[in-house]
Amino acid sequence: MSALLTLDRVTRSFGGLAAVAGVSMHVDEGELVGLIGPNGAGKTTVFNLLTGVYAPSEGGIWFNGRTLNGLRPHQVARRGVARTFQNIRLFKTLTVLQNVMVAAHVRSRTGLLSAVMRAPSQCREDADVERQCVELLDRLDLRAYAHERSDSLAYGLQRRLEIARALATGPRLLLLDEPGAGMNPNEKVGLMALIERIRTDFSLTVLLIEHDMKLVMGICERIYVLDYGQIICEGDPATISSDPKVIAAYLGTGAD
Amino acid sequence: MAIRLVLGALALAALAGCSIALSENLETYYFLVLIQCGIAAILAVSLNLINGITGQFSIGHAGFYAVGAYVGASWTVLWRPVLVRYASFLEVGTPAGDTVNLLIALALGCAAAAVTGFVVGTPSLRLRGDYLAILTLGFGEVIRVILLNIDAVGGARGLTGIPTLVAGGGLAAFWVFVVLIAVAGLTRNLMTTTRGLTWLAVREDEVAADAMGVSTTHVKVTAFVIGSTFAGAAGVLYAHFFTGISPDIFGMDVSIMITTMVVLAGTGSVTGAIIAGFALTALPEAFRFLKDYRMLIFSVTLILTMLTRPQGILGHGELGWGSFSRLLRRLGRHTAA
Repeated sequence: MSALLTLDRVTRSFGGLAAVAGVSMHVDEGELVGLIGPNGAGKTTVFNLLTGVYAPSEGGIWFNGRTLNGLRPHQVARRGVARTFQNIRLFKTLTVLQNVMVAAHVRSRTGLLSAVMRAPSQCREDADVERQCVELLDRLDLRAYAHERSDSLAYGLQRRLEIARALATGPRLLLLDEPGAGMNPNEKVGLMALIERIRTDFSLTVLLIEHDMKLVMGICERIYVLDYGQIICEGDPATISSDPKVIAAYLGTGAD
Repeated sequence: MAIRLVLGALALAALAGCSIALSENLETYYFLVLIQCGIAAILAVSLNLINGITGQFSIGHAGFYAVGAYVGASWTVLWRPVLVRYASFLEVGTPAGDTVNLLIALALGCAAAAVTGFVVGTPSLRLRGDYLAILTLGFGEVIRVILLNIDAVGGARGLTGIPTLVAGGGLAAFWVFVVLIAVAGLTRNLMTTTRGLTWLAVREDEVAADAMGVSTTHVKVTAFVIGSTFAGAAGVLYAHFFTGISPDIFGMDVSIMITTMVVLAGTGSVTGAIIAGFALTALPEAFRFLKDYRMLIFSVTLILTMLTRPQGILGHGELGWGSFSRLLRRLGRHTAA
């Protein structure tokens, strides 16, 4: 197995504070890896480094054999890294289908001129994009809402639409930032099934940030634990849940 | 394809006929208002591309309008007379010569406005919201002050004696509406494609658009350049109909007025921008009988509109045959009940 994503001693400082300090991790092709840690541990900063929102102060990020250092977010997305957001960031006034079509535009080959002239090649491509997007919505059970405004959807559906939109870019690596946040236990069970399903259906590699231990332990094959910007533990769910450092980070150390 | 060309030619001929008929039969005052309405609509549609569709709050649009007007007029008044010695077809006064010169003026005016849009937009669009608004407002004023200090284009006196190039006004409505239809049509086309959706996505959430592979900088600069180009066209038409321009025509109040049109229209709606362009130009004229109170009534009208329809007259929607037939059906149901 080859590593699809590698972080090599990545550091990101804000002023004097190192939010992420010397983090090394790797995600292999086809794996489902979890990244957990207490609030403020730097999980989202790691995601923002991966997606080009921040540039690393030190260290290197490699994806599919090429460095991601210095790329802008849209360039990272075009390389095949898609993400969802912790606090939902849909294109609110657009319909469900339009949300997905924006993301699918990444693969477009037509230019601005053909768009303003409505050239036949443009119309054909748009029809193709629309068909693919409807199909994608169908696979995620969102087709019934295709023409509704995305902000009119129920919370759980909005979360699912975020995943659908990320998939529309045709990614190899999917980054999920707390996909279960704000969901009830039932919805979380559905979400776990969904993540498993899209992973096989789209032959994806998934890196997941999550607070909910049950969700993480249930589906992740390997887990990294981040605390104060550093990886304190790595391993399968059983190893993680019995590691004293992890228990200390989450529950605090006993008074003895 | 051939049928389309024939239909297009027929439509143009009909428009030209209407234009001449209007200019001959309409009172001059109403005709002037009509032309100003058309030009305002072009400006509103062009700014709508930047403010409404891409969501970049720019309030210095009069600057690009001015660049178009001045460069277009410079061609006709300053550069053409030099070149006419080598190329006799640049002579004005004949319908063919007028058309050629107006097209050249339009091309130059649009190109200059586009370049200005690129130069202003590239650094400004790194900023968002209020900061972008203040910067564009500043740039609009900078352009005006620069024009005020170029002696070759008359400085504060302005550039006068511009040949009309629109058959003494007869074809003014024709040109204004051809440009308006072209500008609105191109915008509408863009908005029906996936590429147009990415522009809306930038307005809705820049961070998310970026993460979905949309180059937000590229989209914003492109919108800015195209919007400026269209405003340049409006400037060229203004200069060649009203035959005289000066820097004070393109002041901050004009920028604010165009922005008001876009906000009132419902940000993002092309037909809304056209309606607002017409309404906000015609209303102050219609209120003229109120004398000193007319701007007061005008402001009250605006405030009432924003209170009752904060999303703008049309919101994000468009006025078309679809909404028209829906209205008819609703009326039909009412009368049946």
